[in-house]
Amino acid sequence: MNRYLKIFSAFTLGMLLLALLLGCVAAWAFLYPAAFNGWLPFQQLRPMHVSAALFWIIGGGVAGILHFKQQVQGRPKKPGFEKAFVILWISTIALIFGCYACRRFGGREYWEFPPLLGLPLLAAWVLLLLSFAAGWKKGARPAPLYVWMWTTGLVFFLFTFLEQNLYQIPWFRASYLRELTVQWKSNGSMVGAWNQMIYGTSLFLMVRLSGNETLARNKKAFFFYFLGLTNLMFNWGHHLYNVPGAPWVRHVSYAISMTEWVLFISILQGFKAKMKEQQTYRHLMAYRFLLAAEGWVFLNLTLALFMSIPAVNRYTHGTHITVAHAMGTTIGINSMILLGVFSEMLQAERLRATAKRWLYAGFLLTQGSLLVFWLALIVAGVLKGYRQVALGMQNFGEVMQPVHTVLHVFALGGLLLLAGFTMMAVPLLQALRLRKGERPAAVIIRMGAKQEKAPEEIL
Amino acid sequence: MRRVILALSVLFAGYTALVYALGDGAPPAAVAATPQVSQGAALWRDLNCQGCHQLYGLGGYMGPDLTNTARFRGPAYMKAFIKNGSSRMPNFHLSDTAIDQLTAFLTWVDATGLSLPPAKSVHWSGTYQISER
Repeated sequence: MNRYLKIFSAFTLGMLLLALLLGCVAAWAFLYPAAFNGWLPFQQLRPMHVSAALFWIIGGGVAGILHFKQQVQGRPKKPGFEKAFVILWISTIALIFGCYACRRFGGREYWEFPPLLGLPLLAAWVLLLLSFAAGWKKGARPAPLYVWMWTTGLVFFLFTFLEQNLYQIPWFRASYLRELTVQWKSNGSMVGAWNQMIYGTSLFLMVRLSGNETLARNKKAFFFYFLGLTNLMFNWGHHLYNVPGAPWVRHVSYAISMTEWVLFISILQGFKAKMKEQQTYRHLMAYRFLLAAEGWVFLNLTLALFMSIPAVNRYTHGTHITVAHAMGTTIGINSMILLGVFSEMLQAERLRATAKRWLYAGFLLTQGSLLVFWLALIVAGVLKGYRQVALGMQNFGEVMQPVHTVLHVFALGGLLLLAGFTMMAVPLLQALRLRKGERPAAVIIRMGAKQEKAPEEIL
Repeated sequence: MRRVILALSVLFAGYTALVYALGDGAPPAAVAATPQVSQGAALWRDLNCQGCHQLYGLGGYMGPDLTNTARFRGPAYMKAFIKNGSSRMPNFHLSDTAIDQLTAFLTWVDATGLSLPPAKSVHWSGTYQISER
């Protein structure tokens, strides 16, 4: 791993810890606003938390691609572009947090910083994409699925990032419903874009752990890639079910979202094979993370399938069930895969026994506390939806009264999550701090049997 | 592989153009934005109101959804709330002009429709048929 990638990885892991810390403070600011409004109001904490979380997920996806693409494409053809990306990315994010500290906002969902700061982020992404594209020629033909997934993620992120800034053009702002529709079209698809980057690396890891390249070349894998791509392109309308725009936006999204039942059934069918697989690989830390992510995929997909039915969405939209889905996917799926990616990148198997014990204890604590956190949000959402929609309560304070009680459980779960993630992130950050000149031996794992080689033998 | 990706990309480009042009369902002409509304919208973004409030259920959950506050509570109520804040909302010390602009923006949003579709609009297939604005 080169110096720039190390800095980028450390920065990205730092974003994870910052997101969790700010999320915990924000949860208590939500419950006790009077104690925070004078110095750090929720309205200031939320953008900090959301941005840190997004930069962890997007940055983690990029770190995995930058590290593992070298094994597919060889050494970067344009290393200067990658360095420039890292410098621009980190310095812009530092500026973004400076703006938040000064209470300067852009006021858009997900991207709450002043819009001018989107320009250096855009420039950074173009450099990253150019560097990735330059390596395309070197890769094997036909390209394995994970390369297609990385490419899809990188290209669609660029497109959706540009699209979510279209509101700068007055024509898009002239109709509120148009502006809202385009905003959620881009945000919805952007989630699909970073999922492609992260799931692509997850597939790469499974190929590497098992030594079975057909995992990234078989027809079934490509079928699910196209299913994911179709959902990325057309299944964003569930954010807008209640918006009185064109009805076909709702109908297209509803129809496309129901194709996810195929994925749901496939998970159920593959359960037995998964049980056998986990017996082979469960001793590997990276695999444990990937397995946990699959469990969270199952839980969140079940939730998403119900939320995708407009008649059900009528009760869940604008409630904490939406938050449960967002947190369940970003923490349970994306973050678990990314920690698996970092474990493999930083060779967690070679950490000292104490560090490995902390990592595993943090992993267990995170799974348990995330379940409590996620269930508390669902219960809070059910209460809010029932009181607001079924009982028709109008007074917001009255609607929220029992919800606040449940959210105390959520806030406590958040504190445990912070502890769990810290126990995992700190050993990984320590692994990045190798002494000058020290190069860890790489670990090649084939079918669960470990064989150690010096890095020079592999590269 | 390439052909499928190309076909999907063409479909996506066409759908994107369609969404941009017609996705808002051609709202009534009365909902055109005035300069005061545009200034209110800019203020809404600068103050990051969406961090705590929702419009059409999208945004933060600290405070209520404000899509139809103009309809159900009226401008006087909205202005009093924005001017003084509450136990949960900080007082932003806004000028009367700024408060008028925010109120105009929220009134403009309200004219686009109802945030909660009525129960009768749920179709047997599980989707909505929203006709009321």
